[in-house]
Amino acid sequence: MSMKFLHDTKLMFIRNMQHTVRTPVFIFVSMFQPLMYLLLFMPLLNGLGSVPGIPAGKAVDEFIPGLLVLEALFGTAFVGFSLIDDIRTGVIERFLVTPVTRSSILLGRVLRDAVILLLQCILITLVAIPFGLNVNAAGFLLSLLLYALVGITMASVSYGFALIYKIEDALAPTLNTITLPVSLLSGIILPLALAPVWLQDLSKINPFSYAVDATRDLFSGNFTSLGVLEGFVIIGVMATLVFLWSLRSLKKMAA
Amino acid sequence: MSSELVIETKGLRKVFISKERGGKGNGKKEVEAVKSIDLAVRKGEIFGFLGPNGAGKSTTQKMLSTLLCPTDGEAKVLGFDLARQQEQIRQNVGCVSQAGGADLGSTGTENLVLQSQLYGMDSATAKKDAAEFADRFQMTSFIARPAQTYSGGQKRRLDIALGMIHHPQLLLLDEPTTGLDPQSRAYLWGEIKKLKTEGVTIFLTTQYMDEADKLCDTIAIIDNGEIIVTGTPGELKSSVGGDAIVFSFQSEETAKKAQILVTETIQAEKIQTINNTVHLTIKDGERKIADILRLLDAKNLEAQTVTLSRPSLDDVFLKYTGRSLREDLIK
Repeated sequence: MSMKFLHDTKLMFIRNMQHTVRTPVFIFVSMFQPLMYLLLFMPLLNGLGSVPGIPAGKAVDEFIPGLLVLEALFGTAFVGFSLIDDIRTGVIERFLVTPVTRSSILLGRVLRDAVILLLQCILITLVAIPFGLNVNAAGFLLSLLLYALVGITMASVSYGFALIYKIEDALAPTLNTITLPVSLLSGIILPLALAPVWLQDLSKINPFSYAVDATRDLFSGNFTSLGVLEGFVIIGVMATLVFLWSLRSLKKMAA
Repeated sequence: MSSELVIETKGLRKVFISKERGGKGNGKKEVEAVKSIDLAVRKGEIFGFLGPNGAGKSTTQKMLSTLLCPTDGEAKVLGFDLARQQEQIRQNVGCVSQAGGADLGSTGTENLVLQSQLYGMDSATAKKDAAEFADRFQMTSFIARPAQTYSGGQKRRLDIALGMIHHPQLLLLDEPTTGLDPQSRAYLWGEIKKLKTEGVTIFLTTQYMDEADKLCDTIAIIDNGEIIVTGTPGELKSSVGGDAIVFSFQSEETAKKAQILVTETIQAEKIQTINNTVHLTIKDGERKIADILRLLDAKNLEAQTVTLSRPSLDDVFLKYTGRSLREDLIK
């Protein structure tokens, strides 16, 4: 990694962070959905009693790791809109005619998104503790890394499509089409142990379900499970591939 | 290639593939935005690229600034090869796109500082340069405000300062005054001329005749992706033909006498009398006008008013394309 790459990425990160900090209300707006699940949905889970896939009395411990994956998916899914704004006002073209490292333009944004996401994850976890959440501290810190990778994946998807469409109209439906099935197939809201076999098989090709499994293990302090390793490898590879795909879209803009 | 040339292109061409809906076939259509462009921009001049919307001006500029890859042809910008030395071109060329590209959510200072840092300046130098440019473009009163609060003219000044922050030798300006009020236009024209005196070469695309006429040393007229004619504003206007002179007299009778007198003694391209006015088309009208007035005086044919109009660049456009540039603007 060259010095210039790091320098440029830092500049782009700071520039995007400045924009976010200027409208801090949006950091909290995207936390509304997981907090509603916590307050209005989790009591239902507790009332179910013994359910396959949920150990008795442990609903909150099973639910929170998945809820944070949900936040990682939905909290970052719509970041592409800000990029469309920058394309329209000519900001991206202005960056592209400077010698700035191309990948830094996107990486600076994606890292900003990851930092905001981690802030949200920490806040949600703190709110969940009075609800009886038991979490292994080291496991939580490792989980944060995995949530960041999930967020980077989804943010890159969002930026990639923003760069292809360049208009808002098509972006929202596309992103909804992606986020809804991957969140349902992750066993976040209800455990997939309840699902018929075909649905369980389908969930196995959904990479985000591995993030849910891995962080459930990490929250309970089970560091050596195969699920943890699978989670990091699968999400890590996917984050890299999707980021490179969106970078290709950026470079294609200048073709 | 001559070292004196700042931009030199040979057969520069750009084809876009556009998807077609509702048609037969594979649904893809080639659109030749720029056909085959040869440019020679000399060091230190203001080179005007004049043409209507959709003529290929912006596409050409985007190729020269490394934003778009040419489909064919070759180009050297500041002596660097466009295909192989993009980094060097980016470092040494300033570029202001039509959209401008100022970050509206940030202040003018933040915009300038970041831009300077993107060109490799350290934070202290960037801050110093930002303050210097704010002062130079008379932006100090609003530079600390977010750019979204700026007027059109203020934003344009910031856009141009952003393009100049790294002291480039060549500045590409894409329609810098489109949509601005007359005062802001006049201010920017002054700034552009000042840049020229500082030795910056300027490649300016515009759809305004008056702008090209006032600012440019050389003009290339582009239409449908092709350069139709290149020359100095004077050369282009002379190529259209003579100047138009109109004399008005007290009566139609006097006018007719004047026409006969002028026809006998002066070589005019065209002469006709309409009511009490005599219309002349003549080469070198500025000098001939004095001769004609003396001639009329000698015969006691007193002209009441005299107007001389030189051919405009609009006449040039009309001559070479068969259309008026203003018609295109109205459409």
